[in-house]
Amino acid sequence: MCLGVPGRVVEVDEMTAVVDFWGAKRRVRIDLCDEPVQPGDYVLNHVGFAIRRIPAEDVQTTIELYEQLLRESTGQGPEDLMAADVRAEIEAGRS
Amino acid sequence: MNPLEFRDPVRARQLTDALERTVNAIGRNPVSVMHVCGSHEQAIARFGLRATLPRALNVIMGPGCPVCITDMPEIDEGVALALQGVRVATYGDMVRVPGSAGSLADARAAGATVDIVYSVAQAADLAREVKEEVVFFGTGFETTAVATAAVLLDDPPPNFSVLSAHKFIPPVMEIVSEMPGSRVEGFLAAGHAATITGSGIFEPFVERHHIPVVVAGFEPLDILAALLRLTEMIRDGQAAVSNMFPRCVTRDGNRVAQEQLWKVFRPIGGRWRGIAHIPNGNLRLRDEFAHLDARKRFTIDVGALWHRAPSSLVRQCICGNIMAGIASPGDCPLFGRECVPESPVGACMVSSEGTCKIWHQYGGVPDLRAPSSNDCLRCVPASPGTTDVKGGVA
Repeated sequence: MCLGVPGRVVEVDEMTAVVDFWGAKRRVRIDLCDEPVQPGDYVLNHVGFAIRRIPAEDVQTTIELYEQLLRESTGQGPEDLMAADVRAEIEAGRS
Repeated sequence: MNPLEFRDPVRARQLTDALERTVNAIGRNPVSVMHVCGSHEQAIARFGLRATLPRALNVIMGPGCPVCITDMPEIDEGVALALQGVRVATYGDMVRVPGSAGSLADARAAGATVDIVYSVAQAADLAREVKEEVVFFGTGFETTAVATAAVLLDDPPPNFSVLSAHKFIPPVMEIVSEMPGSRVEGFLAAGHAATITGSGIFEPFVERHHIPVVVAGFEPLDILAALLRLTEMIRDGQAAVSNMFPRCVTRDGNRVAQEQLWKVFRPIGGRWRGIAHIPNGNLRLRDEFAHLDARKRFTIDVGALWHRAPSSLVRQCICGNIMAGIASPGDCPLFGRECVPESPVGACMVSSEGTCKIWHQYGGVPDLRAPSSNDCLRCVPASPGTTDVKGGVA
């Protein structure tokens, strides 16, 4: 419940943005973000809200960390709790 | 930076060697530090980090699972509302958490309408689609509470209200530090909660208690580096706040989110399940939002649930001691036997962030000290589902 997930902003309207999380597009609220959000930005998402715009210099590192986490968890064998939480965040509310 | 460096066993070895030297220099056994984040415990357990740490370093998981510390009477309020015929929406983890007379899942089986939502915004949307009253049973720390605040500030539908069981982390650190017999000499603070509050929120705590706090990320090397920083501060008698997760956390945090949080919520004292009464540890709606407060809108008859005594199994559960850091899952007679993820007795076995569920999945202290364990981070932790874990972490 506490681990946010990064995604790329696709389009923005006043209070919400469509954000792409590894191919899953979802509308998230951006009114908690403390910086303006533009298409192409990356945001850290938590329960349907962007809580931080990820600084451009940190995007690559942040995304690759999550990709590695998801890649290492192949779905075979017992559930990986951390990857499962990330997947649940990605899949929930998928439009 | 190459992200793979975060899991580089050479760097990990350098960090653990430095940790060993630092803990030796402190010269006490054990040196106990506490983290307050389910995601930290997931990372520590899944990478078997405890097995790579100095034997004298005791890393305790404190009350960092928001599902687990929701008090039984709060669960009872949700269950009672649902059984009274009010539609209750909540996060998935909450549904199976046992109250004093059953869980929301039990209420649903008895005919109540309980919706699982991923976001409080979905719960408000649900209320817009239906005519009946919808209560969002809101749990979670400040990172999740800000979302509830944002929805309440955004003209929610008239049939929507909130039953807040939201909690605020900093006050519980004070209580855990003051507990008789507390062994905690330093805290690792959760990165994403601090994204909202900023690392500066811990400064008054450090000033009062002279206990260092290090804000940590979630990768193995993030955690090792943060532990090294924390033990260095303990060694040097330096009480300060150190931010080792600057990718996400600033000193001031997210001021927009903080403003919304405190516009809607006020901190009040209340019990955290199994731990203690925590002054200012609970977040309740301010009077200006009374019309959106389920506790004001409905008469919640929890007394009707209490004619049933908790089962004898529930009375044996030691989740409270585990979350206070004075016991480990292996100390519990139920752990892995009567209490398993499929049929949890206590809340710590329900949530993916609960200590018991995490230890049940990964093993708590995998014994990787075999001669071939040079690259511990590449090792597979103790076989999942094992009940054969050490009782203590020291």
